[in-house]
Amino acid sequence: MSNKVKIQVKNLNFWYGKTLALKNINMDIYENNVTALIGPSGCGKSTYIRLFNRMNELIPKTRHEGEVLLEGTEIFAPSVDVVEIRRRVGMVFQKPNPFPKSIFENLSYGLKINGWRDRHKIRERVVESFQKAALWEEVKDRLQDSALGLSGGQQQRLCIARCLAVEPDVILFDEPCASLDPISTKKIEELIEELRKDYTIVIVTHNMQQAARVSQYTAFMYLGDVIEYEPTDQLFTVPKNKMTEDYLTGKFG
Amino acid sequence: MIVGKKATQTIGFGTLFLCIGIAAFFLGVLIYFIVVGGFRVLSWEFLTAVPREAMTAGGVGPAIVGTLYLVIGAIIFALPLGVACAIYLTEYSPKSFVVNIIRMSINNLAGVPSVVFGLFGLGIFVKFFGFGVSALSGCLTLGILVLPQIISAAQEALLAVPQSYREASLAVGATHWQTVKKVVIPTASPGILTGVILSIGRVAGETAPIMFTAATFYTRGFPKSFFSEVMALPYHIYALMTEGTHPTEHTQIAYGCAMILLILVLSISLVAIILRQKQRGSYEQ
Repeated sequence: MSNKVKIQVKNLNFWYGKTLALKNINMDIYENNVTALIGPSGCGKSTYIRLFNRMNELIPKTRHEGEVLLEGTEIFAPSVDVVEIRRRVGMVFQKPNPFPKSIFENLSYGLKINGWRDRHKIRERVVESFQKAALWEEVKDRLQDSALGLSGGQQQRLCIARCLAVEPDVILFDEPCASLDPISTKKIEELIEELRKDYTIVIVTHNMQQAARVSQYTAFMYLGDVIEYEPTDQLFTVPKNKMTEDYLTGKFG
Repeated sequence: MIVGKKATQTIGFGTLFLCIGIAAFFLGVLIYFIVVGGFRVLSWEFLTAVPREAMTAGGVGPAIVGTLYLVIGAIIFALPLGVACAIYLTEYSPKSFVVNIIRMSINNLAGVPSVVFGLFGLGIFVKFFGFGVSALSGCLTLGILVLPQIISAAQEALLAVPQSYREASLAVGATHWQTVKKVVIPTASPGILTGVILSIGRVAGETAPIMFTAATFYTRGFPKSFFSEVMALPYHIYALMTEGTHPTEHTQIAYGCAMILLILVLSISLVAIILRQKQRGSYEQ
C-alpha cells in the first residue's frame, strides 16, 4: 500500500443554500489505493465525491469552505483552471452516460476537446483506453455503431474508458454499479482493482460488500459527517465507532 | 362495481375517440374542398407561367417563387438568431429577474397578431431601413414573426438534453462552450428542426405581415432579386377573392393557389422531417 497522500481534505464544509451538507471533513486520500465512501442515503457521499472534480459548481446556490489539495495544489484556488482539474480528476457516474455518438467518438471526444489533432495518435489512444477498460474485444468490430446500443455494463465500461482516454490521475466512481446486473458489477469491480495500479480511486457505494471487496480504505459517512475513516479491513472487522458498527451490522441505514 | 369501472373507461376512451374523429373530419373536409376546387386549374402552365388576361389565364409561377423566397429568406434570418437566443437563455443566462422578463417577453411576442408585425415591418424595414416593399422586407418581417416560435422550440429541445450528457462532457475536461457546441446542440438539433418545420408552415401561409412589406398582386415576371416586390400565394388568394373582377375564374384559381400552398408547405416540411429522421436515426436507438 502506498502511503503517499494524493488528495488532502482540510476542514471542509459544504452548503446547499442554507443547508450544511458536509461538516468539517478532514481526510487524506492515498495514491494507488481505492477509497470507498459508504453510508446511508443522503449522508453526503455523492456531494463529497463531486467536490473533488468541482462538479458541484454546476448546482446554483452552493458554496464551500475549507481546502481540497490535489498533490498539494488547492483545487479551488482562483488561479486553478477548473477544466484542467476535471481532466485530471475523471469521473464515472451512477448511470452510464455515453454520448449519443459512435463508440469510437465517445472516446475520441475527450482527446479532441483537449486539442488532439493527429488521427493516428487519437486512434492509438482510443484502442489503448478500450483495452485498459477491458472492453476492446467486445467493441473492436463495431466502433462506428452507436454507443447507446451497448448493454448497460458495456456502457459503463465505455464511460470508464472515456475517462481513461484523457489520462487522469484520480478517478471518481459515483455508485458505478447501481444500475448494473451482478455479472457486469463483477467486471467493473475487477477493473477497479486493476486500475488501482495506475490511478487513485475514490468510490461511492451503497453496497457494503462492494466496499469491502474493492477498497483499501473506507470512510463511513452519516449526515454530512465522516464518522470513521480507516483501512478497510480494520473498519469492517473492528470498527471503533458504535455507529459504524451498527451500520455495518444492519441495525440502521 | 367492476362493470362500472369498465363502463367509465369505455365512455372515457369513446369521448376521446370522438374528439379525434371530429378533428380528422374537418381536416378531411378542408383538404377535400381545396382539392375539388383546385385540381381543375392545376397544370404545368399554372405552376410555371405568369398570369395573363386579368388573372383569368396563365399561371401563378411568380407567386410560387415569391413564397419560396419569403420562406427561405425568413428561415435563413430567424433560425440562427433564434437558436442563438435559445442557447444563451438555456445554457448561459443566469436565472435572474431581467432574464425572466426577457423570457416572458418572448413568450408574449408569440401572441402578437400578425398584422401588427406587418405594420412594424412597414415602419422599420420598408421605411426606416429603406428596403422598400421587397422580398427582403417581407423575409425580415416574417423572420421576426416566427422568432419566438423558433426560440421556444429550440429552448425546449435544449432543455430536453439530459444533464448527464453535459456532466459527462465536463468531466473529461471540456469547457462549457465545447460542451454546448459538440454535445448539447447536436443532441438537440432534431428538436430544433421540429420547431423550424412548424414555423415554415406559418411563414408560408401568413398574409398580413407581407401585405405592406413584400407582396404585390401582380408582377410581370419572376422576382429578380431580394429587393424586388414579389407575388406570394397567400396574398394572391386574398387578392383574388377580394378584388377579383371575374369571380368564377378567380375563385377557381384561388383554390388552385391554396392547393399549391398546401403541397408546398407539405413538401418543405417533408424535407425537414427526413433531415430530422436522418439525424436522429444516426445514433439514437
